[in-house]
Amino acid sequence: MLPPSETSAGVRPSPLAHLRPSPEGDRVWSAGLTVFGGSVLVIAGLILAELGTQSGPAWKKLGVLSFLFGSAWDPVQDKFGALPFIYGTLVTSAIAVLVAVPVSVGLALFLSEMGPKQLRRPVAFAIEVLAAIPSVIFGLWGLFVMVPWLREYVEPFLQKTLGFLPLFQGPMIGLGYLAAGLILAVMILPTIASVTIEVLKTVPLPLKEGALALGATRWEAITMTVLPYARPGIFGAALLGLGRALGETMAVTMVIGNSPEIHASLFAPGYSLPAVIANEFAEATGAVHVAALAALGLVLFGITIILNALAQLLLQAVSKGVRRGAQ
Amino acid sequence: MTSLQWRRFVDLFWTAASGTGVVLALVPLASLLWLVISHGAAGLSWSFFTSLPAPVGESGGGVGNGIVGTLLLVGIASAMALPVGIGAGVFLAEKGDGKAGSAIRFVAEVLSGVPSIVVGIVAYGLVVERMKRFSALAGGLALALLMVPTLARSTEEFVRLVPGALREASLALGVPKWRTSLLIVLRTAAGGIITAVLLAVARAAGETAPLLFTSLNNQYWNLRPDQPTASLTVQIFNYAISPYEDWHNKAWTAALVLLLLVGLLNLLARLLSRNQMEGAR
Repeated sequence: MLPPSETSAGVRPSPLAHLRPSPEGDRVWSAGLTVFGGSVLVIAGLILAELGTQSGPAWKKLGVLSFLFGSAWDPVQDKFGALPFIYGTLVTSAIAVLVAVPVSVGLALFLSEMGPKQLRRPVAFAIEVLAAIPSVIFGLWGLFVMVPWLREYVEPFLQKTLGFLPLFQGPMIGLGYLAAGLILAVMILPTIASVTIEVLKTVPLPLKEGALALGATRWEAITMTVLPYARPGIFGAALLGLGRALGETMAVTMVIGNSPEIHASLFAPGYSLPAVIANEFAEATGAVHVAALAALGLVLFGITIILNALAQLLLQAVSKGVRRGAQ
Repeated sequence: MTSLQWRRFVDLFWTAASGTGVVLALVPLASLLWLVISHGAAGLSWSFFTSLPAPVGESGGGVGNGIVGTLLLVGIASAMALPVGIGAGVFLAEKGDGKAGSAIRFVAEVLSGVPSIVVGIVAYGLVVERMKRFSALAGGLALALLMVPTLARSTEEFVRLVPGALREASLALGVPKWRTSLLIVLRTAAGGIITAVLLAVARAAGETAPLLFTSLNNQYWNLRPDQPTASLTVQIFNYAISPYEDWHNKAWTAALVLLLLVGLLNLLARLLSRNQMEGAR
């Protein structure tokens, strides 16, 4: 401790006086940090309040249920139903998750359990690159590369082999639910893969070693010990991916075809919640139109918040389990 | 086939199946990178970086105003988001072990998953509707709102990496807590925080959706925050969905420019964080 320095005449002030503990400084610093920390909550509140006020007129004029379940969207006649967009968002996100989860879990298992170790760093780097690419570039690639490929090869093939299902009937134009779902799958793959790799790291080694020591093959050890242990975490990763897919805007806007109708066929053009907001918000003139788009935003916000909260709680539970296991 | 052979076969089969996952993930990436580079490189020239967009049918023209606009938007966003985001991150690391801390951490984590288009609506209501015009300020605010939560979480992680012994040594010498935080902890974590900032800036530079109805677009140069402004991403979008072959080529070239910008920021962040990790060892 520093000696208490006296300021009266004759006594030299300590050269370290400026370092004396100062409760004022600590208090200011601590208060400042708290304000910054609290600002995160303020932002959350601001988003909710702003979406609420902006969408207010829509809920009042159109009615909550008839807005959410109305299937006509015609701004010229002031008809606003959200169902085609909710349907398109759910269908494309479902395709994305169904495609991306097996691929990214396979990738994660190969990297952390089964494949050669030398592949880990380069592939992990590639996944990081994939995650860093802006979504408008995915849209550009989807529009000029994936859509023609779907139209020429994939959709005719699906129709020939699985055409008896209503999912794969109708004209094949490339743009549509399938294209949007697949581009979303590529985009959420890094999220799911990297979270799954982290989750796999939390599996206690003795579990797997025990299975291997008893003569299990690597795959048997994975199905018996690794996967059961990691399952909640992988589920959390899938939820995070789903949340990203639901809110992804640009790439979907560019390949989904932008038609506010509901089709059973995955080849048909559709629309999604973020896509309609992106396309119509800047040019919306009627007050109800703007409010209806904001209401779509509120619906989207609600869905993604709930999903993300669930995913966080799951992943937190997984990492807490690890800490408890380690003690 | 004996049962052991069968089990080995099953093992091999699933190894191959999971390896297919790696291939399936890398093919789109390779295709995208290759096409952006090969299509984009054709249109690269000095004037592409320095000139205004040309009208349909006229040759030449570039995305100079888009590059400037993206820098302006990211600059405005950083000015607003960096102090708040970093401050919130330091709060979480230094005082975030209680109930309030975990609540804020949870909210930040959930907010980082909010779709960017939704944040665009918020910025529209807060700025565009009040000012009665689209502006770079509105676009910057949207980007800032997106940056704060992620910045807070990554700053927290880097601040927590600072060895406790450093902090204790400083406190033992009688240095007040706030000076210890500021001069010892934050200075040690500075490299990591800069990494976090670079990654957040790279993400913001690649955003399109929240800009469509906040900063809108602009055919001319603009440096005024109260005016609509062009941005690289919105230009790529407009060129890509246009019906003109010539504009599609411009979209690819602009995409290459954006990819280089984002790639450069990420590369810098990687180099810095590698140094940081080695320094900590």
